[in-house]
Amino acid sequence: MKKRLFYQLGLLLVAFALVLAGCGGNNNEPASTNGEASKVTDAPAEDGIKVGILHSQSGTMAISEVSVIDAEMMAIDEINAAGGVLGKKIIPVLEDGASDWPTFAEKARKLISEDKVATVFGGWTSASRKAMKPVFEELNGLLWYPVQYEGLEASPNIFYTGATTNQQIVPSVTWLLENRGKKFYLLGSDYVFPRTANLIIKEQLKAEGGELVGEEYTPLGHTDYATIISKIKEAKPDVVYNTLNGDSNVAFFKQLKDAGITSKDITTLSVSVAEEEIRGIGVDVLEGHLAAWNYYQTTDTPTNKTFVENYKKKYGDERVTADPIEAGYTAVYLWAAAVEKAGSTDVAKVKEAAKDLEWDAPEGKVKIDGETQHIYKTVRIGEVQSDGQFKELWNSGEAVKPDPYLKGYDWAASIQPTE
Amino acid sequence: MLQQKWTPQRIWLLVGYAAAAAALFSAPMFASDFRLNLLAKFLAFAIVALGLDLIWGYTGILSLGHGIFFGLGAYAMAMYLKLEASGGMPPDFMGWSGLKELPYFWKPFENFGFAVAMGILIPSVLALVLGYVTFRNRIKGVYFTILTQALVIITTTLLVGQQAFTGGTNGITGYSTILGASLGSADTKRVLYWITAAVLIAVFILCRYIVGSRFGKVLRAIRDGENRVRFIGYNPAIYQMVIFTISAAIAGIAGMLFVLHVGIISPSMLGIVPSIEMVLWVAIGGRGTLIGAALGAIAMNWAKSEFSTAYPEGWLFFMGGLFVIVVVFMPKGIAGLIGQIKFRKKRKEEDHEGIRNPAV
Repeated sequence: MKKRLFYQLGLLLVAFALVLAGCGGNNNEPASTNGEASKVTDAPAEDGIKVGILHSQSGTMAISEVSVIDAEMMAIDEINAAGGVLGKKIIPVLEDGASDWPTFAEKARKLISEDKVATVFGGWTSASRKAMKPVFEELNGLLWYPVQYEGLEASPNIFYTGATTNQQIVPSVTWLLENRGKKFYLLGSDYVFPRTANLIIKEQLKAEGGELVGEEYTPLGHTDYATIISKIKEAKPDVVYNTLNGDSNVAFFKQLKDAGITSKDITTLSVSVAEEEIRGIGVDVLEGHLAAWNYYQTTDTPTNKTFVENYKKKYGDERVTADPIEAGYTAVYLWAAAVEKAGSTDVAKVKEAAKDLEWDAPEGKVKIDGETQHIYKTVRIGEVQSDGQFKELWNSGEAVKPDPYLKGYDWAASIQPTE
Repeated sequence: MLQQKWTPQRIWLLVGYAAAAAALFSAPMFASDFRLNLLAKFLAFAIVALGLDLIWGYTGILSLGHGIFFGLGAYAMAMYLKLEASGGMPPDFMGWSGLKELPYFWKPFENFGFAVAMGILIPSVLALVLGYVTFRNRIKGVYFTILTQALVIITTTLLVGQQAFTGGTNGITGYSTILGASLGSADTKRVLYWITAAVLIAVFILCRYIVGSRFGKVLRAIRDGENRVRFIGYNPAIYQMVIFTISAAIAGIAGMLFVLHVGIISPSMLGIVPSIEMVLWVAIGGRGTLIGAALGAIAMNWAKSEFSTAYPEGWLFFMGGLFVIVVVFMPKGIAGLIGQIKFRKKRKEEDHEGIRNPAV
């Protein structure tokens, strides 16, 4: 009996030691997706400027968000190699949002109030952004959010480097109406982005002479699309506007192909399928389908050439770049430029300096709109090629001014918030 | 238990509880705002764990659906906070979901008292109904557990699907004040922390009272031999229904406190994973001991928070390792181990809170 007790006590000690290791591990564990970029806090804080990186490194969203971390770390490394910001090194502090919205809020609070980071780059899902927003507003922090989203938001404490609806969805619908036909079928995952996006699309279709022939939502992670595909066959749309997210895309496109529907029969335009997703879904089933983004790996700008080269050199030849990856990379550079211009990392000063700031991003010239804190972006519609890359079919020519509340569109009056 | 003598152990136990309570109340003096906020959240979790222990540890009903009761309480409070933030106008998410008017069932939640009452009542009634249809029909064990899981899926799907009314996957966030006091101010946070600590202690005392009463003895009898209890002439279903309802009400209270500290509630907090996690806290802490359940919840969440900060990529492995160690080598949980040391010499006597020591 006595022996057993000691044995158990020993184990308790081991467990306790594990916990202690957890607390003390901050300083000596390389804690990032890539080895060398991440001697997290080796140097004392006085020597550098701490920035938070808050994405999901575990859970369902990790597969998407880890690439954005890689891009942000790469930008930080590049800036550090070129001398840092204000003569100081940028020190990334990584936290895991764990695909769980309250965790995002908790970690954001920790980064601002405990680590005292100058800014945070983070988030992917709208839900994670909505969870972090009150924290950043309460503690007057600064968040750079790198993913296209449903708009209708402009927080004074957030910079949005992904597209809002008038830089992705609205122009793509107009293009489809002009080039592919009037009958639209809306298919999306059941959460905020698709529902809000479709609300906007429906208003736009009414105003621009389109016709809605069907609208379906499936739960996140849904994989059986047989019923929906037969409904699509019956409705005979010209366009399926796809706002499915994640795994569901794999199932939907495979089953669509199995049902004998190719891109020649029905045009499918997706807003959440980029180069990375193509790798997961398979080129064979996606070839010829469309997507709307602001950036493709094939986008032809001088900055993009070096960006893609460096990304592949750093993380491996098989890796691809995509829109949110580029937006994350751009966010870091825009912040660094704003800090340089402001001569300080103070939130108010950085925000002031960021107004009308321009930068040659891989996607082309971008400019921060001081009023909404979104950036001017070029809209691009691409077609999936047999090599898994996009061929650009159309672009907006110039960077489009962000209009998150769609104030410039009369038909959007009913969508705008009441306040 | 009420007639227990003032044995040295009992005195030490009371001293220990008093020390713990004092530590809880004085925490704001030592902890930073952020740590205090975290601790407050853990205390809210400890409250759920207490309720869960009542049904699992003492009555032998395993519910993998306590996330719902927790979440419903949280949503009730969130609705009040959101309406206070929007000044009675339809909240932002209704606007972008195409809803112009405040739905009728949202209106009464402008009243704080109503919201709190609903935060307790809705989970209770749901639990009562579920208990009524299951326990009365002698659905128990694994079948009951599966039913609670099904209920979790139904509830989360409903919440996600009704975006205009519930905020969808995003949940409800973006609050400003409670009863006019700013939620962001350090003073409010401290007061809310104290309220949470007081509620935790009150719930703990309530649970101890229940467990120590005649009612509690019947519960343990049901756990150890439901049929025998029935043969003696008790109706186990009534007891199970009552305790399940109490447990759900406690979860609802915890949910309300959670929202106040965390500032967001979303369907993901009601899902299968959090529901199972809640059971894990109790298992790790030591089921069948109230203090163990509470400690388990606090310890596991604290470890989770620390690990994920120290090893943002690999923290899940550490958590997994911790679970394996505790479950495999300490089947009675943390409290079981402590209890074993403390009462080793008194093994034969009736022990504290019904921990049965393992056969030697």
